[in-house]
Amino acid sequence: MLQIKNLNVHYGVIQALKDVSLTINEGEIVTLIGANGAGKTTTLRTISGLNKATSGQIFFEGADITNMPATQRVKMHISQVPEGRRIFPEMSVLENLELGAYLRNDKAEIKKDIQNVYGLFPILGNRKKQLAGTLSGGEQQMLAMGRALMSRPKILLLDEPSMGLAPLLVREIFDIIKNINSTGTTVLLVEQNARMALSIAHRAYVIETGSIVMSGTGEELSKSDDIQKAYLGGGE
Amino acid sequence: MEQFLQQMVNGISLGSIYALIALGYTMVYGIIKLINFAHGDVYMIGAYIGFAATTFAKLGFFPALIIAMLASAALGILIEKVAYKPLRNSTKIAVLITAIGMSFLLEYVMMFFVGAEVRSYPKVLSDASFNLGNVVINMQQIYIVVTAIVLMIILQYIINKTKIGKAMRAVSADKDAAQLMGIQVDTTISFTFAIGSALAGAGGVLVGIYYNSIDPLMGMMPGLKAFVAAVFGGIGSIPGAMIGGLSIGIMETLVSGYGNSMYRDAFVFAILIVILIIKPAGILGKNTKEKV
Repeated sequence: MLQIKNLNVHYGVIQALKDVSLTINEGEIVTLIGANGAGKTTTLRTISGLNKATSGQIFFEGADITNMPATQRVKMHISQVPEGRRIFPEMSVLENLELGAYLRNDKAEIKKDIQNVYGLFPILGNRKKQLAGTLSGGEQQMLAMGRALMSRPKILLLDEPSMGLAPLLVREIFDIIKNINSTGTTVLLVEQNARMALSIAHRAYVIETGSIVMSGTGEELSKSDDIQKAYLGGGE
Repeated sequence: MEQFLQQMVNGISLGSIYALIALGYTMVYGIIKLINFAHGDVYMIGAYIGFAATTFAKLGFFPALIIAMLASAALGILIEKVAYKPLRNSTKIAVLITAIGMSFLLEYVMMFFVGAEVRSYPKVLSDASFNLGNVVINMQQIYIVVTAIVLMIILQYIINKTKIGKAMRAVSADKDAAQLMGIQVDTTISFTFAIGSALAGAGGVLVGIYYNSIDPLMGMMPGLKAFVAAVFGGIGSIPGAMIGGLSIGIMETLVSGYGNSMYRDAFVFAILIVILIIKPAGILGKNTKEKV
């Protein structure tokens, strides 16, 4: 469904991604794990069009989207939940969700989808009139995910959904991600919390200083010694 | 007491014009964090377009107002595309200097074409006045205040209820996140310039009618005062610009009425200094948090 071939991305003279290639098949949860600054966020931002690729190609459903503007990619149902949530703090929960459906004109269906989001995250339904900036971190994460779902994504790009959340809440968010995936949305999940990410992912890639260094099924990587030592806190 | 009420009436009509101009400053600042110093000159060109519409095309007040607003909107979009958009990723100071340059360019290009002399509007509005107690209210003042209020209500509607209004708020809050919603940032910025400039153009026509004199440099002082008004209300805040505009207009007329009109400009800028010391974010401004 999504295919990245030899992607290179630079910030000025600094190379952030080196020859990154990865594939995501329809219906999968794929996770990209790695340390801070390894290039996880850059990968997502380049897929959604916020960063420009220096070279390489990105294909989505067979179409080359490498140089397509970000808004056009949203139209193709690629939707990103950015790092740090980036909800619109001065707008209400409902307005945030409506903005998620900005490119859609089917009012009745939008209303239905808003109800679906409230079904997925009941707390948002209780707070629909509240300004998004006054929500707690976990609620803001839910809002950011709900907002991304409003564009009816075929693929959902999630950037560090567990960041800054209490462990219990992280579990809840990951259950919801699994739930979203089970209804047919493909998920690319970027995480520092490798243990949680590997536990729900079908397949995983490991990125180190801008290059993919390992890939495999979630289970394989969880058992790998290197991964144990570097990301899961195992070994000596 | 009567004198006070009279000054209030005069102050509110002047203040609603400042408010119309201040809105453009605050909207543009809100979306691209630029103090658009050419904004006062859009107001001046709006006044000239209104003048041409009423004098040469013999149009009435409302058609002239609408034409001036549309033309100013187009000018605003053009200014942004030509002067500011190429500098979207440059330093703030580069854009600011460009804005000042654009301001002078508009002033002197206008002077080249229409001459430096003062022109006066034909009588398009009745100058009848009536007394409320001992307070004299001019029909023109009523037109000004009503026009300003109607335009502000429309603006509030656009910003809060329409899709493009929501896009404007989203882009001003977070450009990346707005793009992820599918919002086109460039279009939204153009639209913001269009609306802000249309309001300034309306202000220009109202001033032309009220003071009955326009010239190519007329935008400088009201432009600066509207900027002070926007800062006073809290730059970036739309209700702030409205309140700031009215407050500055009223304070200025009170100073002229009770003190000496020579000092009114000095007074307005003294207010700016005081605000910057006491409440730098303005009355309704958001406190900018320092990121740690």
